[in-house]
Amino acid sequence: MDFQTAVFFFLSAILIFAALRVITARNPVYAALHLMLAFFTTGGIWLMLQAEFLAIALIVVYVGAVMVLFLFVVMMLDINIDRIREGFWRYLPLGAVLGLLMVLEMGLVLGSKYFQVPLAEATVPAGVSNTREIGALLVTDYVLPFELAAVILLVGMIAAVVLTFRGVKKSKISNPNTQVFVKAKDRIRVLQMPVEKD
Amino acid sequence: MFDNFVIPDFLPAAPEIFLATMAMAILMIDLFIKDSRRTVTFVLAQATLVACAAIQVFTSTGEITYTFSNMFVDDMMADLLKLFVYMTMVIVLFYSRAYLFERPNMNKGEYYVLALFATLGMLVMISANNFVTVYVGLELLSLSLYAMVAMNRDSLASTEAAMKYFVLGALASGMLLYGMSMIYGATGTLEITELAEALYNGENNRTVLVFGLVFLVSGLAFKLGVVPFHMWIPDVYHGAPTPVTLLIGSAPKLAAFALVMRLLVSGLITLAQDWQQMLIILSVLSMAVGNLAAIAQTNLKRMLAYSAISHMGFMLLGIVTGVVSGDARYALNAYSSAMFYVIAYVLMTTCGFGVILMMSKAGFEADNLDDYKGLNKRSPWFAGVMLIVMFSMAGVPPFIGFFAKFSVLQAVVASGQIWLAIVAVVFSLIGAFYYLRVVKLMYFDAPQDDSVIVAPNHIRILLSANGLAVAALGLAPQVIMSLCAYALLRSL
Repeated sequence: MDFQTAVFFFLSAILIFAALRVITARNPVYAALHLMLAFFTTGGIWLMLQAEFLAIALIVVYVGAVMVLFLFVVMMLDINIDRIREGFWRYLPLGAVLGLLMVLEMGLVLGSKYFQVPLAEATVPAGVSNTREIGALLVTDYVLPFELAAVILLVGMIAAVVLTFRGVKKSKISNPNTQVFVKAKDRIRVLQMPVEKD
Repeated sequence: MFDNFVIPDFLPAAPEIFLATMAMAILMIDLFIKDSRRTVTFVLAQATLVACAAIQVFTSTGEITYTFSNMFVDDMMADLLKLFVYMTMVIVLFYSRAYLFERPNMNKGEYYVLALFATLGMLVMISANNFVTVYVGLELLSLSLYAMVAMNRDSLASTEAAMKYFVLGALASGMLLYGMSMIYGATGTLEITELAEALYNGENNRTVLVFGLVFLVSGLAFKLGVVPFHMWIPDVYHGAPTPVTLLIGSAPKLAAFALVMRLLVSGLITLAQDWQQMLIILSVLSMAVGNLAAIAQTNLKRMLAYSAISHMGFMLLGIVTGVVSGDARYALNAYSSAMFYVIAYVLMTTCGFGVILMMSKAGFEADNLDDYKGLNKRSPWFAGVMLIVMFSMAGVPPFIGFFAKFSVLQAVVASGQIWLAIVAVVFSLIGAFYYLRVVKLMYFDAPQDDSVIVAPNHIRILLSANGLAVAALGLAPQVIMSLCAYALLRSL
C-alpha cells in the first residue's frame, strides 16, 4: 500500500465514523460538530483528487459559514431530542431492511470495475489549474445557470425577510404628560364589524 | 482562455430575461408603495406576465434554437407550454387577489414577486437543455414555493406544511442530482441532446445508467407527486394558504411535464424500456392510492390533493406508452395526449380552486366539504361552475376532462397494453364517487349558511369564463389537441 492509499483509507475511516456520529449523537451540538469533521475529511479526499478549488470551497463555505451559523441556531434553540426520536424503534425494522437493500445494491454498482479508474488516468496534467478552469467556465458556458443561481440567492433573501420581518418596532418610552391627560374614549374604541364565521 | 467563446444569442430567452428584470424592478417599486395601495404591485405583476406572453409570441420562430452554449433550448413545445404557464399565472393572481386583500398579513408585495420568480423557474425548467439548467430552474421554482407556503407565518398548519415541503423537496433534489451525476458518470455529458446521441451511438455502462435512472425517476416522481413519493402533497395542499395551493396545483404541473419530456423522452429515450416499466408501477399505484384515499377526505383541498395524485398517475400513462418494444411509431400520439391531459387538468384545477377562493371570506376558509352543502340555493351559477369542474375531473362527457382521459386511453390501447387501460378506467370509476359527492352536497343538501356570496365582478366573470372554457373545450377538444400534436411534432 503506497502512502496515498493509506491517507485515503485514514480519511475515509474518519469520514464514515463522523457521518455515523452525526445521526447517532444524542446532543445536537455534537452532531453538528461531527458534520464539520465529515466536511473536513471530505475536503481532504477531494484534495487528493486534485480538486483543490472544490475542497477549499467546501471548507470555507460549509465549515466556515454554514455550519457555524447552524451551531448558533442549535445552541439558541432548546431542541428536545427525545421527542424527535419518538417512534424510532417502531420504524427501525422497515427502515433497516430498506436501508440494507439500498446499501447492497449501491455497493454492487459502485464497487464494480467501471468506477475503478487507474490513478494515472485520473490525475490532472501539470500546469492546469482547476480553479482557473472553473472560473472561466462559470462566466462563459455556464453563465446562464450562474446567473440563475444568483436569482435563487435573491429569492432566498426575499424569503428570509418576508418570513421574519414584522415591521419597524417603535421605541417603548412612556410620556407622563399624555398619561395624565388621557380620557376614557382614548382607551376604548367601539368598532362596527361585519359578522365573521369561524 | 476566452478565445472561442461567442456572446450567446439572447433573443430565444427574451421572455425570461424580461421577467427576471421586471420581478426585481417590482420588488424595488413595491418598497415605495403603501400597504393600502398594493393594487399597483398586482397590476405591474399581471402586466409583466402579459408582456412576457407577447414577447414569447413575437420572438417565436417555430424552429428548435439552442443558445447559452446549448444550455437553453427554445422550440414549439416550450413556446406552447410557456404560453399556458403565463395564462395560468394570470388567472392564479386574479383569483388570489380578493383572498389576499382580506388578509393583511398575507397581502404583501413579496407574494407577487415570489410568484414571478416561481414563474421564471418554470420557464427555465421548460427550456432546459442541460442537467444543470434543469436543476437550477427546479430549485428556483421550489424555493419560491416553499416561502409562499410559509407566508401565513402565524398559522401552525402553514408553517408545518412549508417545513415538510422544504425537507422532502430537498431530499427529492438530492435524489435527482445523484441520478444526474451517475448518468454523467456513464456518458460523460450533462447536455440533454448530447446525452441522447451518446446513448444512441456509444458503448455505455448500462448498469450505471440504469442505477442513475432509478434515482432520476424517483426525484421526478417526488416533484410530480406520484405514489410512493406523494406524502407531501396532501399536507402541503391542505396547510398552504388557498391561493398558494392553487399556484402549486396548477402551473408547476406544466413545468413538471416539460421536465419529464426533456429528461426522459429527449435525453434517455434509448432507455425507454427501463423507465417505462418504473413509470407504469408509479402510475398504477398513484391512480389506486389517489382515488381510494380521496374518498375518505372531508376537506375539499385535501380531496383535490389526492385527486391531483391520481391525475398525475393518469397523465403518466400517456408517457409510458410512447415506445412499444423499441418501436416509436405511436410516440407522437402518446406524448401529445399526455400534454393535452396536463393542460386540461391545469384548466380544471384552477377553476376548482377559483370557486374555493371565491367562497372564502375574511376569517373563513371555505375548504370543508360541508361548506358546499346547498350551494345551488345560494348561488346556482357558481354551483353550476363547480358542477362542470367536478364532472370534468371525473371524466364525464362532454367536458374537457373526458377527452383528456379518452385520448390517453386511446394511446394506451394503441400500445397494446389493454390491462393498463382497464385498470385506469376502473380507478377512474372509483374516483367518480368523490367528485359526484361534491355535486350531491351542492344540489341535494340543505345549506348550513344562508349568507350571500360576495365576489367582485371581475372574479365572477373570470370564473365563469374558466368554467365555460372547461365545458366549451370539451366540445372542441381538437383545438388544443392539434396544437399539442403540432408543437411536439416540431420539437421532437
